[in-house]
Amino acid sequence: MVHCPDTSPRPSTFYDYRVHPFRAPDELRGGAERHSVAIVGAGPTGLLTAIGLAQHGVHSVVLAQDVQVSHGSRAAVLVRRSMEILQRRGVVDPFAGKGLPWSGGRSFYRGQEVYRMTMPHEEGQRHPPATNVQQQYIEEFLSDVAEREPLIDLRWGSRVTSFEQDGEEARLGVDTPEGAYMLRASYAVAADGGRSDLRRMLGLRMEGRAYSGRFVIADIRIDLPLPTERLCYFDPDWNPGNNVLVHRMPDSLWRIDFRLPDDETPEQALEPELLRQRIELTLRMVGHPLPWTLDWATVYSASALTLPRYVHGRLAFVGDAAHLLPIFGVRGANTGIQDSDNLAWKLAYVLRGLGGPGLLESYSDERVEAVREICEEAGKSTRFMTPPSRGYRLMRDAALSFTLSEAFTKDLLHWRTARPHDYRTSLLNSDPAADAAFTSGPRFGAPVPDIRLADGSHLLDHLGPDFHLICFGDGDTQGMGDLLKAARRSRIPLRVLLLRREGTPPATGYDAQVEDTGSNVADRFGALPGTAYLVRPDGHVCARWLRPEPAALKQALAVACAAQE
Amino acid sequence: MIPQIPVTTLEAASDLLAEAIDSAGPEKEALFLAKLALALAAHLDDNAVLGTAVAAALADL
Repeated sequence: MVHCPDTSPRPSTFYDYRVHPFRAPDELRGGAERHSVAIVGAGPTGLLTAIGLAQHGVHSVVLAQDVQVSHGSRAAVLVRRSMEILQRRGVVDPFAGKGLPWSGGRSFYRGQEVYRMTMPHEEGQRHPPATNVQQQYIEEFLSDVAEREPLIDLRWGSRVTSFEQDGEEARLGVDTPEGAYMLRASYAVAADGGRSDLRRMLGLRMEGRAYSGRFVIADIRIDLPLPTERLCYFDPDWNPGNNVLVHRMPDSLWRIDFRLPDDETPEQALEPELLRQRIELTLRMVGHPLPWTLDWATVYSASALTLPRYVHGRLAFVGDAAHLLPIFGVRGANTGIQDSDNLAWKLAYVLRGLGGPGLLESYSDERVEAVREICEEAGKSTRFMTPPSRGYRLMRDAALSFTLSEAFTKDLLHWRTARPHDYRTSLLNSDPAADAAFTSGPRFGAPVPDIRLADGSHLLDHLGPDFHLICFGDGDTQGMGDLLKAARRSRIPLRVLLLRREGTPPATGYDAQVEDTGSNVADRFGALPGTAYLVRPDGHVCARWLRPEPAALKQALAVACAAQE
Repeated sequence: MIPQIPVTTLEAASDLLAEAIDSAGPEKEALFLAKLALALAAHLDDNAVLGTAVAAALADL
C-alpha cells in the first residue's frame, strides 16, 4: 500500500514547518537487513529513545508517519528532570535557549488571587523547575540531532501497518509514498502516541480512569505584558463552574486551556465564532483584551490510563502509547521522557549482551509502578480541576469558596507537578541494609541530584552513559584499592568517579576525579571517606555502601543488569 | 454510634443550623452544607470519626 503523508507545510502563525523528504530505504530495493531496534513514532519519546540508544552505540530505525513535526504546542512544559535527561543526552542547549523558564503560578477565584505556589528551586540548580517550549520545537531539536547521528536512521513518511514477532525478531509492515516493505528488527519500540496503532494491533487494553470533562486547548499569538507563570482561573464569570489555564510560550504564543460546559460537543466548541468569543472573554479576564490570532485549537478529555505491562515480547511501549495522563501537572511528555531514559540503556545492555532478559522486564516493572503512582496523583489534581460528579464538584466548590476568607483549604489548590520517580522497590536495587545505614543522601532507586560543584560544573556532567561508582574520600582511603581492582575487572562497563576530599592531592586509578570543595557533595550524600554509590546509566542509585566490599559491588552490578554471574 | 449530648445543646445546634440553611437559601444550601462539613472535618481532624458520621448520616435517607 502507498502511504501519502501531507506534504504541504502545516499552517502556523509562528512556526515554519519544514517538509522532510521521504528517502527510499534499502528494504525498498530488496534489502532485508535485520536492524537492532525499530522505533515507531518520532515524537519526543521515540526520538529521545533513539538518541539514548545511540549513546550506547546501538543503531535504530525511527519511523515517522508524517514528513513534518506535529501540530500545536501539545507537550508545552518540560520539568527539571526532563531537562536533566536532555542534558545527559547532550541535546539540552536549544531547549534552554528557546524555552521560557518559570517556577510558580497563581490561582484566581471570583477575580481574587487565592493561591500562589512556587516550585522548589535551590541555589546552584542548573535548570529551572519548568521550561515552556512548544512541541514543534521539541520534535525539531530532537529530529535535528537524530538526522545528524549516524546510528539513527530517521525515516519520514513511513506508516506501520502490521506487527508480528517470534523468538528471533520483530517484523513491521511499513507503508511509504513509494510502496510497502517489511522492516525486521531484534526489538521494536512503540512510541506511536496516544492513539497507538501498535497498541490496537496487539489488542492491548489500558487500565484506569477516563474523566468526563472535555477541554479546549487554544494556541494564540498575542503580545501580553505578563511574565511566564501558570495562571489558573476557577469559575470565571464567562465559564461558570469551569476553569481556565493560561501559559506563556516562546514566540509570543499563549496557550489557553478551558473546560467546556458538559453538554457541549467538540465540534460546537471549535466552532470559530464561539471559540473567538471565549478567547476574547479570557483575555478580558486576564486584563489585557489585545489583538490576537489563533494558531491552533483542539479538544481533549482527561484520562489517567496505563497499560498493565509495557513489554510484550520484543516490543516495548513508551510515552503516550503506554499511558494517557491528564495535562494538569504536565505529566505527558515528561513521563514519556523518563520512560525513554529508563528503556534506552536497558535495551542497549540486552542487545550488547550485558544485561539479562529480566532487564527489559524491569523497564516494565519500574515504569508501570511509576505511572500508577502518577495516575494516582494526577487523579487528585484532575478531580479538583474537572470534578467527575456532583459530589466532587460540590466539595471542590466548597474548598474554593473558603479560599476567599480562610486559609485551611488553600493547599487543595496545589497542582502536583511531574517529579522524578524513585524506583524504591526495583529488583535492580541491592543491599537494603547498607542503604538503610545512611542517614541522608539519595536512597537506592532515587535519582542522583545534579549538584553544582566548586569549579562551576555539575555532578551529572561527570556521569557518562554507563554505570558509575561515585567514591568519596582521597587516594589513601582504606579499602579503595580493592574496590578499584574489582571495578577494573568488571565485565559490565563501570567508571569510577572520585569526589576527592578538599585539599588532598590527585589520586591515581580513578577514571575521573573532582575536588569536593567544602564537602558539599559528601554532605548531601551522607558520605564518609570510603563511601561509594553505585549509579545506573539513567542516573538512579541502585546500591550504596558506607563501607563497600568488592564482592558486594560485583554482586550489585550483576543484579542491576539482571545478569547471572 | 453518634454520641449522645445534652438535649439543650443539640437543640441549640439544630436551631443554629436551621437558620443558617434558611439564610443560605435553596440555591446555595448544598454548597453551604458542603462548606460546613469541610470546616467541621478540619476542626475534627479525625477522618475515622468523620467516616462514622458520614455513614450514620447516609442511613435511612
